[in-house]
Amino acid sequence: MNETHHLRRMTIAWVIVSVVADVLFWFFVGPHVPPGRMTDMATSNQFDFNILFVIALPVLIGVWIYLGYTIVVWSAKRGGPEPVGGEAARTNRTAQVAWITITSVVVLFLAGFGTVELVVNHGSGGGEGPNPVWSPAGATKAEAAALAGTGTWSPHSGQVLPVQVIAQQWKFTYRYPTFGGFETTQLVLPTNTTIVFNVTSLDVTHSFWAYQLGVKADANPLINDVAYTATTQQGQFVVRCSELCGIWHGAMYNYGRVVSQQAFATWAQQTEATNAANTQLLPAFAWTYTPDANGAAGGYYPDGKVTPYSSAEVYGAKQPAS
Amino acid sequence: MSTVDERPHEVALAASGTKPPLTQRPGLLSQHLGTALVGAIIGYAIGHWLGNTISSHYAYIVNSGQNAIADTLGLMFGVAGWLLGIGALNYPLAKLVGRQPNSEVEIQGWSKYFRYSTNHKTVGLQYVVGVLLFMFTGGLLAMAIRTELLSPTTHVFSPDTYIKIVSEHGTVMMMMATSIVVGPLGNYLVPLMIGSRRMAFPRIEAFSFWVFVAGYMVIFSALPFGGFPTGWTGYAPLQTQSGPGMVSYLFGFAVIGLGMMAAGFNIAVTIINYRAPGMTWSRVPIFVWSILATAALLTLATPTLFAAGVFGLLDRTVQTAFYVTEHGGSSYLWENLFWFFGHPEVYIMALPGFGIAGEILPVFTRKPLFAYKVGAAGMIGVSLLSFFVWQHHLFQSGINPDMRPLFMLTTELISIPTGFIYLVGMGTMYKAKIRFDLPMLFVMALYFNFLIGGVTGVFLSDVPVNVTVHGGFFVLAHFHYTIMGGLLFAFMAGLYYWLPKMTGRMMNRRIGLWHFWTMFIFFNLTFFPMFIIGLLGQPRRVFTYAKNLQGLNDFSSISAFVLGFSFLIFFFNLVWSLYINPVKAPANPWDSLGLEWQTATPVPAHNFDRIPVVLADPYHYSEVNAPAVADLGPASPPDEPSLSGAPA
Repeated sequence: MNETHHLRRMTIAWVIVSVVADVLFWFFVGPHVPPGRMTDMATSNQFDFNILFVIALPVLIGVWIYLGYTIVVWSAKRGGPEPVGGEAARTNRTAQVAWITITSVVVLFLAGFGTVELVVNHGSGGGEGPNPVWSPAGATKAEAAALAGTGTWSPHSGQVLPVQVIAQQWKFTYRYPTFGGFETTQLVLPTNTTIVFNVTSLDVTHSFWAYQLGVKADANPLINDVAYTATTQQGQFVVRCSELCGIWHGAMYNYGRVVSQQAFATWAQQTEATNAANTQLLPAFAWTYTPDANGAAGGYYPDGKVTPYSSAEVYGAKQPAS
Repeated sequence: MSTVDERPHEVALAASGTKPPLTQRPGLLSQHLGTALVGAIIGYAIGHWLGNTISSHYAYIVNSGQNAIADTLGLMFGVAGWLLGIGALNYPLAKLVGRQPNSEVEIQGWSKYFRYSTNHKTVGLQYVVGVLLFMFTGGLLAMAIRTELLSPTTHVFSPDTYIKIVSEHGTVMMMMATSIVVGPLGNYLVPLMIGSRRMAFPRIEAFSFWVFVAGYMVIFSALPFGGFPTGWTGYAPLQTQSGPGMVSYLFGFAVIGLGMMAAGFNIAVTIINYRAPGMTWSRVPIFVWSILATAALLTLATPTLFAAGVFGLLDRTVQTAFYVTEHGGSSYLWENLFWFFGHPEVYIMALPGFGIAGEILPVFTRKPLFAYKVGAAGMIGVSLLSFFVWQHHLFQSGINPDMRPLFMLTTELISIPTGFIYLVGMGTMYKAKIRFDLPMLFVMALYFNFLIGGVTGVFLSDVPVNVTVHGGFFVLAHFHYTIMGGLLFAFMAGLYYWLPKMTGRMMNRRIGLWHFWTMFIFFNLTFFPMFIIGLLGQPRRVFTYAKNLQGLNDFSSISAFVLGFSFLIFFFNLVWSLYINPVKAPANPWDSLGLEWQTATPVPAHNFDRIPVVLADPYHYSEVNAPAVADLGPASPPDEPSLSGAPA
């Protein structure tokens, strides 16, 4: 058997198996790949995963077929001709150039594809830090209004909804600046709305992973980590901490809901009214809060106004009563 | 390129016509592991007492109930006592006070493995035992983790205990994996492969091993101090918040970092300067290329880890604020320093595995190594690129969003030189006549496993997909496929291949086959489901998970137990083949052309009677009129060793 036959056999097998595997994956598995399609970010993350998988499958199959063929055909037990030594077996310029070219083209395509998806999808749901570079329309304006206390949101207005995620050992709480800055342990979001998550921490580094929303952003103390998503389906989603944050890291999770815009507005207004007395005790809404001198548990203060370096009068006046 | 050791006292002995002794029996008062342990205990006691004396009255120490200064000084003095006790400081201290150091000669018998030996073969075997001990303890911790994850709620360990087990497992395994090939095989084989009688700095070589052991004990000392809850990544501010066990983590990293730097520096200098005549760069074995690339990474990346650990210790002891955000520091500083080391670290673990595969393939395919120069260039390319990818660990951290396309590009680019190892392997196998002996089986498994690890790495490097898979079991499965599926399988291939040379005994093939198949099958059954578990939303390092993931977790756990059992088969094979039923190994059982196989088994004290003159690379398999690999010269009587090769 000459050299061409080996390669031809493997190539034919590779093409057939790869095409079948890719088609089966794309149509039967791909639509069910996490994180699903609850938001635009989740949909784009799923699409990107599927594209990568469709490219990866032929690579995996190619090497596996080669290894399998090697074991079956070129095993010493089966006898056959002795291997060819010498210069001809040491190098093959065509094979080397082809290998390097193909891998380079695939890698550069993937990098380009990933970059386009990252930019087009406004950071793809990942935390972009305090100064996002890929913001959706209206997000910057909504953020500025939220900080100034002038932000509003009403059903079917198309307005962006800022939500603050405050992580601490070992729970998440959420503040809604467009509804008086109330704080709650429930994460409720309106459907068909662009959400800006402002993620921060009061103690150690956590990570806000809203799994079905396609959002993940580390929660760092004194840092506002911004991530975007736009809800498209109603339903429940899970929130987990995905950065090790201490003993009860494994228990740091809760659930959120995406509801209709009207239901959300009703819930937000009711919660704002119910929590009004508590909200008054909270520090003014800010993107980050400084832990007090004794650590995180004692309270928190608006960043830029009070820090451990503030004068004793200002700092002391802001200490919690306890 | 000299291999002549010109120590004055030996030159004087030679001039007087007296041959220096090559070996001697140990004296009753000589130093060994026992004296090192005594030194460590006394050192720790002195350091802790000193720390308490100078700092116990400070308000922050009184209020916190923790004295990190005493803990740190205790460990510091403990390591110093360990090194004093083993004899690591005899030579420099003698030099310091102007005395002529005693001649360091190899001790005869088993006890040499418990002493400060400067013979690279002894150090190599010490490392074999050391890394296997590391691996065994880390593996036991892995079994504990998988036991806890049999249930979706806490059931065996408390959350506190569980997270400390997870942290200790990760740290121990990562530190073990940095040395698992460079330590045992690098130290033992590199001089043999390049035609040298010794390493460039034998005392530094011995130092690197005994510091490695000290680091192991320091990291394990975290457990009696209450452990640490940060995982092996040790992120601040959790690090700052943690108890005294964190001191062991930070100091342990610094200590092991010292050993890694020493080993890397020594090996790099050896390869560059101690090659035999004729061992040109185009004839250097591919394994040596991989070790050189690794040594460069060890030397250049580890100082960052060392500095990061020292900064953490300073934060805890003298109240600096490198990582304390509210006092002007930054938790990002730790993350950047850690991963600036941490990603080259991944290739510190991967490259030697590639080198082993490249070395074994030609022997068992009976073909020359395909695309040798591309393979060597790939290793250099990987080591260079590995310094420019670290922020892919921080894609979701909130830092530098505008840099993400760059780090996505560099991370994906690194798969090009990494892919060269597949070109080399597949090209070498092409139309070969493959002997599927144990080393070759492990190499085939490496190619299977690492492919999955490498391809899933591309998913992680893609920022949009990273949102879903970062911080979950997907990434856990990925790095186990690369480190365990790649490096550990390569290490096993290397052990089965080179242990006959190192021990003079053949490993039992039948038991080895049981070991291989259980390890290969149950490795994949353990870790492949973790990709799915991760995609379905289970974060890393958790003791609770969704009830619907219990089936997959249980499957993974039970497979892990069998995987753990496969290592017991390996240990049994070691004991069986070396002690219970030893079979003497031929000098060259695999018909290898490698220079290390051309010398006698067991390897003579000075490796080669005469420094070989290398005539060709060691890959001229199946070649008519193939040139000899080296001119080894006439053999001299075994009792007439030359002076020049005496270990220094």
